[in-house]
Amino acid sequence: MIAAKAGVHALALAPAAWLGWRAWQVQTGADIDALGPDPVAMIEHTLGLWALRLLLLTLAVTPLRHLSGQPQLLRFRRMLGLYAFFYASLHFAAWLVLDLRLDWGGVATEIARRPFITVGFLAWLLLLPLAVTSTRGWMRRLAGAWQRLHRLVYVIASLAVLHFWWVVKSDIREPLLYAVLLAVLLGWRLWRRLHPPGSRARPAG
Amino acid sequence: MAGDHRTLREALRIRASDITDETVWRQRRRVLAAFGAIPALGLSACAEAEAPPAPTAPPPSPAAVAAGFSTDETLTREIDATTYNNFYEFGTGKADPSRAARTLRTSPWQVEVSGECARPGTLELNDLLRGFLPEERTYRLRCVEGWSMVIPWLGVPLGEVLRRFEPTSNAKYVAFTTLADRAQMPGMRYRSIDWPYREGLRIDEAMHPLTLLATGVYGKPLPQQNGAPLRLLVPWKYGFKGIKSIVAIRFVERVPPTAWNDLQPREYGFFANVNPDVDHPRWSQASERRISGTEGKLFANRIATRPFNGYAEHVASMYAGMDLRRWY
Repeated sequence: MIAAKAGVHALALAPAAWLGWRAWQVQTGADIDALGPDPVAMIEHTLGLWALRLLLLTLAVTPLRHLSGQPQLLRFRRMLGLYAFFYASLHFAAWLVLDLRLDWGGVATEIARRPFITVGFLAWLLLLPLAVTSTRGWMRRLAGAWQRLHRLVYVIASLAVLHFWWVVKSDIREPLLYAVLLAVLLGWRLWRRLHPPGSRARPAG
Repeated sequence: MAGDHRTLREALRIRASDITDETVWRQRRRVLAAFGAIPALGLSACAEAEAPPAPTAPPPSPAAVAAGFSTDETLTREIDATTYNNFYEFGTGKADPSRAARTLRTSPWQVEVSGECARPGTLELNDLLRGFLPEERTYRLRCVEGWSMVIPWLGVPLGEVLRRFEPTSNAKYVAFTTLADRAQMPGMRYRSIDWPYREGLRIDEAMHPLTLLATGVYGKPLPQQNGAPLRLLVPWKYGFKGIKSIVAIRFVERVPPTAWNDLQPREYGFFANVNPDVDHPRWSQASERRISGTEGKLFANRIATRPFNGYAEHVASMYAGMDLRRWY
């Protein structure tokens, strides 16, 4: 279990490590082209993409657990969710610091006037309470409300896909892929809700 | 298409002189409205729904705009300008064109010039440009996606090339078409755009001395990904107006359909003048990320976008009286 967790940590951190190394090369002048002609866009895009991927991976844990009958998979869910938050925060930070250079007036107008940014910001904002309440202590304290609160992740993932969809100009193939994955993950949950396992076996009345 | 118009006109027995010049017609409406004959608001709304405004000012002399031909802003590095491209015929990723465009054969190259002009014809590229000495113009290029570059182009003023074909008074617009050859353009397998890529300018914009037909960049022939062998540059408009690998130029009477405007008319207007005050429905255009030299690639300053991409003193008069929020 420890080895598996260490493996997941390593895999989840790999994109950030790769990006950090490349950014270092660009910044020190060791390899000015390590992140292509527009490093800022490259960093933003990569971080955002990994936030979305980890978010979908988090949502895939429950279906995979049911399909595989491996309840211990649940132990990875919080970890993956927190990594999704980690990448979403870095994505947001890269936009604030590298792209907008902490021009707070600009930040406010961009969030208010650019719908795809509004949606992305909202997704990150909604992730905050989920990250904060991800500890065992909060789980206990919130009891039933915890589950309801964390269902926000469905909304967040939908906003994240929409955010990606709106940023592309005409080639929707990549965001479409993520939209389909999300639809499968949410559709599976809906299906299970409408057809609870063993419902047919249960005696009527 | 012009042929169709002519046939239609013959069928209706209308002579060219019977058709009121759009400017006159517009003025007449304005006069009527001023007299209160017809409610002015309703009138202008329905007039504008039909066609964009006609030119309002005569084109400035080349001398008056010579100052706009260059800039001392830091040049974008050649490697960046030639590997960060939007040329969807070779893929929608920025790095796709520089990898995939080698398959484009740029010689021999013919350009068909047709429509409302006295001397139409299909010309070899060399014949089209014969007698012109390419001049270097360093222009700012502002992409609608919010990044910009400063690039030294080689080219000839479009207006001078067009004049040789003797456009008639019916030539109110100029339409351009990009090559569409599936065999040479792998990105065309995916229909990200309704091929072929088309662009257009109003005739005064096309004749403006800043408007360039480029054949080279950084002192060399154009690479394929930058639109070889012949591309358009309209420095005060968003980059997508600078149609690449041109195979057809057509003088037309009506606003020609253009690729991005067809795809998303709410986001990409026909004029597409760089304007920090007019957002896309999705994107603000107030500032831009300049891709320039080697300094500050990670921590470069975001710069404010200027009206008409900083060429306002040379081109703003062409849009006098136009509502730029409506005609974005």
